[in-house]
Amino acid sequence: MELTLMEGNEAIAWGALAAGCNFFAGYPITPATTIYNTMLKLLPPKGGICLQGEDEIASIGFCLGAAMAGMKAMTATSGPGISLYSEQISFAIGSEIPIVIVDVQRLGPSTGSATKGADGDIQFMQWGNSGGLPVIVLAPVDIKDCYELTVKAFNLAERFRCPVFVAANKEISMTRETFCLDDLALPPIVERRQADARTPYLPFEIKDNGTVPDFLPIGGDRLVRQTSSTHGANGYITTDPDEIAAMQARLNLKIARSVAEFTYFDEYLVPDADTLVIAYGVTARASKEAAKRLQQRGQPVSLLVLKTLWPVPEILIKEKAAAYQHVLVPEMNLGQYIRELQRLLPDKKISFVGQMNGELIKPGQIMEVFAHG
Amino acid sequence: MASLLNASRPAVFCPGCSHDRVLHALDQALTGMGYTGKDVAIVTDIGCSGLFDTFFNTHAFHGLHGRALTYATGIKLARPDLKVIVTMGDGGLGIGGAHVLSTCRRNIDLTLLVLNNFNYGMTGGQCSSTTPQDAVVGSGFLNKLEKPIDICQVAGAAGAGQVSRASTYQKDLVARLQTAITFEGFSLVDIWGICPGRYTRRNKLTPKSIEQSQTQLPALTDFQALNARMEYGKAYREQAAKLSQPPDPVRIKVTCQAPRTGRTEVVILGSAGQRIITAGELLCLAGASAGCHATQKNDYPITVMKGHSVSEVILADTTIEYTGIEDPSVVIALAPEGVNRRQKMLAALSSDSVVIKAAGLELPPSDAVVVEVDFKAHKIRSQDWTLAALAVMARKTQALTMDMLTAALKLRFKKAVYDTAMAITQKIVAC
Repeated sequence: MELTLMEGNEAIAWGALAAGCNFFAGYPITPATTIYNTMLKLLPPKGGICLQGEDEIASIGFCLGAAMAGMKAMTATSGPGISLYSEQISFAIGSEIPIVIVDVQRLGPSTGSATKGADGDIQFMQWGNSGGLPVIVLAPVDIKDCYELTVKAFNLAERFRCPVFVAANKEISMTRETFCLDDLALPPIVERRQADARTPYLPFEIKDNGTVPDFLPIGGDRLVRQTSSTHGANGYITTDPDEIAAMQARLNLKIARSVAEFTYFDEYLVPDADTLVIAYGVTARASKEAAKRLQQRGQPVSLLVLKTLWPVPEILIKEKAAAYQHVLVPEMNLGQYIRELQRLLPDKKISFVGQMNGELIKPGQIMEVFAHG
Repeated sequence: MASLLNASRPAVFCPGCSHDRVLHALDQALTGMGYTGKDVAIVTDIGCSGLFDTFFNTHAFHGLHGRALTYATGIKLARPDLKVIVTMGDGGLGIGGAHVLSTCRRNIDLTLLVLNNFNYGMTGGQCSSTTPQDAVVGSGFLNKLEKPIDICQVAGAAGAGQVSRASTYQKDLVARLQTAITFEGFSLVDIWGICPGRYTRRNKLTPKSIEQSQTQLPALTDFQALNARMEYGKAYREQAAKLSQPPDPVRIKVTCQAPRTGRTEVVILGSAGQRIITAGELLCLAGASAGCHATQKNDYPITVMKGHSVSEVILADTTIEYTGIEDPSVVIALAPEGVNRRQKMLAALSSDSVVIKAAGLELPPSDAVVVEVDFKAHKIRSQDWTLAALAVMARKTQALTMDMLTAALKLRFKKAVYDTAMAITQKIVAC
């Protein structure tokens, strides 16, 4: 076994490259900067483009333009930058522009603590844009996930023509870690479906009961229209309530309906456990360690690690939690994803371990819940 | 040459709107130059000028207010052969000012037409970044307090490749637009016009008065000569072509054996400049050379060469789950800055822990075994103490071997630095 040592952010950049990313733009911000640094090393020598925008709004704007011209684009920032991205994110949702957005979360609110980790943007990534339509959010647990989930994020962005978040955390992104490149399980690369050259092209037309329009690049042989306004199949503004409603319903459905196909998770289920820990991100690691120690102590506890956070994988959660009376949710925030679990599992006793002090939740903090019954 | 205007979507502007004239002038300019729809992308933002893309049969990108230049930049870099025209009003100019300045500095081959009608037409005639102070607009007295911007002077100062000021009503507008479109680099045309729906209801502005006002303004500097340089995309590709391919990630061969099984936590406490982070990396590489998994978490302030520097390393022969420090096997303490950040941890150390500390450094009392090293007496420079401490660690603890450290140094450094580093480790081992 040959190990490779790199930072989570470097693995995200290498994953992007493996997925076919050829355009990156970002504005430096701790703890996301090393993604930009790495992309700057990787892309230009390979004919790709890496830009430093004058601000976050420009950086994601470059990406949206390039994506509509046919490139595979990614940007990376932290909470303050996601705030600035907000309007562009809703543009990408409503106008079906594929883009991967890495949020290396740091302790907020606002400027917060640049070098401290948190999972404080978990609801914000889904709801921090206008219109209330779904996005896809994947959360890496370790360096291998940083690589693999970034490839998956690109595939989903291409397939569904939507923004896909990688919800990293300073504690994963800026932690150096060993992993084995040969152990990576990378899916085949997905390209966005191109329109048939023989039929007339309408940029937002839906064919064959599908939910995602075919793509043609701006700048190609056939004319393409893109617009941030509410539009019909032809890409022009529409005021027809039926057409508007159909489009909104489709934007909702195309993501929400397909979540079962990209519900990524790990499970460590043990017999005789009456508690299921549901965790994500770096906290899943302390949870696993806690479960291991509790098992040794004769207190079996099961663990479900969610890697797809949005849309909420409701079927998976209900199915996995069915056999348990108690559910424990540890989060590096004051209680965000637990809201979804409370909604889905109204008949379970749900406990919470939360912390926002810039430090990792320790295995011991999770174990304490069991000590007190 | 056939018009590029969209026959099925005739232009709809208020009667007398200057935008309508510019629209037709742009069509004539493009067709006169032989462009077809697929050669051109019109990129727009919000406001009346943002209607332009719908009236043309070209590639079109209609985006957020003030951000048109950001999309246009992405499109142009992706498709260097495409002719990219951006239209923006004085509203978009104000809201996206940072993008205007940066695009000027970049000199990317875009043509920006500022459809300047001195107010926000679409939202009720409020003041914009170009509204004269004596104008009566929908923002009450507020415009009296703000000086209007002369975007030509600003763009020129910011490095725009070509800047010109025009009137919607001048006879040679088509030729002026063609000059801007032909220019290889960023060109900006500030086109003054009349908003009859809002602005001229309460303000006097006529083609003649626009001409007079523009004549009275001081002539623009020859920015084209002043800012002459290579177009951004071309320069980007030229620079990128000179770069060598990035190396693939290093696969670390297992060349030695770890001295023990299980999890080993090491904390290195020092100050900036002591190469604490590099030492942490060396430990990870040393571990990987012995087939161990490794994690490294660092803690340092935003200042460079000042303040604390802490590195937390875990080595284990199994997958590392929790990456925090719970029970360090070894602590290397080299400077009070780092020690101060981990007082609680140091005080709680058990007799199973070994502390390698620089001579004279004060630590909180604990049960740990303390190995004091007088680096100064060995004539080791402060920035090499960490490396020397790793050598001590290899000699005095069960957490690291000299073989592992040597393997790590080989992986991390080129020959010359490796030799120097090895000399330092031997200096301390010899004593």
